[in-house]
Amino acid sequence: MATSIRAAAEDGSAPTTAPRGPADAGPERSAWRSRLYRLDLKASPYAYIAPFFLCFAAFGLFPLIWTGWLSLHRVDLLNPDVMDWRGVDNYTRLWDTDQFWTALRNTFTIGVISTVPQLLMALGLAHLLNYRMHGRGFLRVAILAPYATSIAAATLVFVQLFNPDYGMINWLLSMIGIDRTDWYADTWPSQIAVSTIVTWRWTGYNALIYLAAMQAVPKDLYEAASLDGATRWQQFTKVTIPSIRPTILFTIIVSTIGATQLFGEPMLFGGGVGVSGGSAHQFQTLSLYMYELGWPSRQLGRASAVAWTMLLILLLVGAVQMLIARRNRTKLGG
Amino acid sequence: MAVISTAPLRRRLRPGAGDQDKAGPVTYIVLGIAAVLSLFPLYWTFVAASNTGDRVAQSPPPLIPSTELWTNITTAWGQADMGQALLNSTIVAGCVSLSTVLFSTLAGFAFAKLQFKGRNALLTLVVATMTIPPQLSVIPLYRIITDLQWGNQLQSVILPSLVAAFGVFFMRQFLTEALPLELIEAARVDGAHSLRIIWHVVLPIARPAMAVLGMLVFVQSWNDFFWPFVVLTQQNPTVQVALSAIGGGSGHDINQAVIMTGALVGTLPLLLIFAILGKHIVGGITAGAVKS
Repeated sequence: MATSIRAAAEDGSAPTTAPRGPADAGPERSAWRSRLYRLDLKASPYAYIAPFFLCFAAFGLFPLIWTGWLSLHRVDLLNPDVMDWRGVDNYTRLWDTDQFWTALRNTFTIGVISTVPQLLMALGLAHLLNYRMHGRGFLRVAILAPYATSIAAATLVFVQLFNPDYGMINWLLSMIGIDRTDWYADTWPSQIAVSTIVTWRWTGYNALIYLAAMQAVPKDLYEAASLDGATRWQQFTKVTIPSIRPTILFTIIVSTIGATQLFGEPMLFGGGVGVSGGSAHQFQTLSLYMYELGWPSRQLGRASAVAWTMLLILLLVGAVQMLIARRNRTKLGG
Repeated sequence: MAVISTAPLRRRLRPGAGDQDKAGPVTYIVLGIAAVLSLFPLYWTFVAASNTGDRVAQSPPPLIPSTELWTNITTAWGQADMGQALLNSTIVAGCVSLSTVLFSTLAGFAFAKLQFKGRNALLTLVVATMTIPPQLSVIPLYRIITDLQWGNQLQSVILPSLVAAFGVFFMRQFLTEALPLELIEAARVDGAHSLRIIWHVVLPIARPAMAVLGMLVFVQSWNDFFWPFVVLTQQNPTVQVALSAIGGGSGHDINQAVIMTGALVGTLPLLLIFAILGKHIVGGITAGAVKS
């Protein structure tokens, strides 16, 4: 790295030595140069951030607004140019649909039972991974390995493991005397099964994010705490947790967004029934409901209304989380 | 606002806080259980893929590998075009990660080290875009793709993923700490224009962070399911779309071992990368991730 920087300095200086000599650099030429230099200073930052904002405008913002516009119309997937103005009808119709409320409730419950244990376990694992020990590198990679697995592959494996008749989980449970559980047909078991897939894939990733944050906590804080007679547990709750609170908030927000969009796991877990999320929609999420309305049922306007409802819910949840975070901060006097 | 901070150079010189504590037996046991729970589903995928379908659908299920792997691979290949799918996923994930790394480094450098009007507001906007669920854009995007007659073509998967707010933010945090302002000023004094500075000063320093970001984006893009599932068909699938066809059938004659073989084939490339580069990826994440 050092050599390339040195090379850079040499490269950079070479072309400028000639014009800078007083003999051949006329005043016009240097004026032109300094104008170019100022233009480079002023304009180039915008050139470097432009690709991001152009792509975001084209593939993020514009479709987002268009979705909002669509949600006020009746639109058929097969004939999307014909748009009938419906106003807020699509939204009021959602409130009268039981399936929407089921999907909303499922998204919430699956989100809670996947996110809360996932982040708590990640926090604990990160704390343990921070100790000095043999095989630490292997353990870290092993715990991150599920992150490399796709939704599709992971779900297919867990479909097998949760199979009520020959799956390994029921077989293990039967050995400790628990009767056969139908992990597909019953509401809570099916939601727990879907949450297990999410938790399995993301716990290790979150643990590493926490571990990174823990390694940045100043050592003197721990030394001071242990001088004051704090036990390891007290150091964890009084030093580690407050120090990495911004990171915890960050992972909560990211996991909330992920949970709101849950699609692949419940869809593939449903196997043949797919987007309906179980025979009685017992594990259909808002994303699945949106897809069912927009594609199989071809009603793009109503599907857009579901999409915008998701955005509104996220904004609401985000605002609540921010409020709680702010209140905690004032309470702790930080 | 949570901030991602990257201080890898500094941290490598100084052992992290808490590092001095030695692990007790309980730590080993808990982490051992966590490692087994993490790895067992992957191991069992291989077990199921190497057994016969009948054997997999028995209770108790098989726990050790058998000899049917090749037969199952042939069958899986017949149900979905796994070869095409692997090639397509490689192309898509490769293009997406190259472009994301390039644009994120440029934008991250501008946000970290260059002065311009509206910088803070624009950076806040970048962070805010991270919270928008991609599902919200799917319906209009689908129309754009159909209008362009790009249905079932790879560019319809690649184009919407060319940039990522997370990448911009990640590179910005890294360069804020790792790139000394003096280096840029020295190059400026020597008359280097900003593209030259990027090529000779920024890129060499940013390389480790670019590698980690590239890996993360590659994994994410390889595993992406929703949007490819919407725009691609089984004639031109990515791995994840092909897997949904192998697993998505109905009826009782589904061969469970073949489904597991598909899952194995789709995951193996990434697992191999992880087995080889795992330590560097983990090191990269823990060296440059989220802190206050």
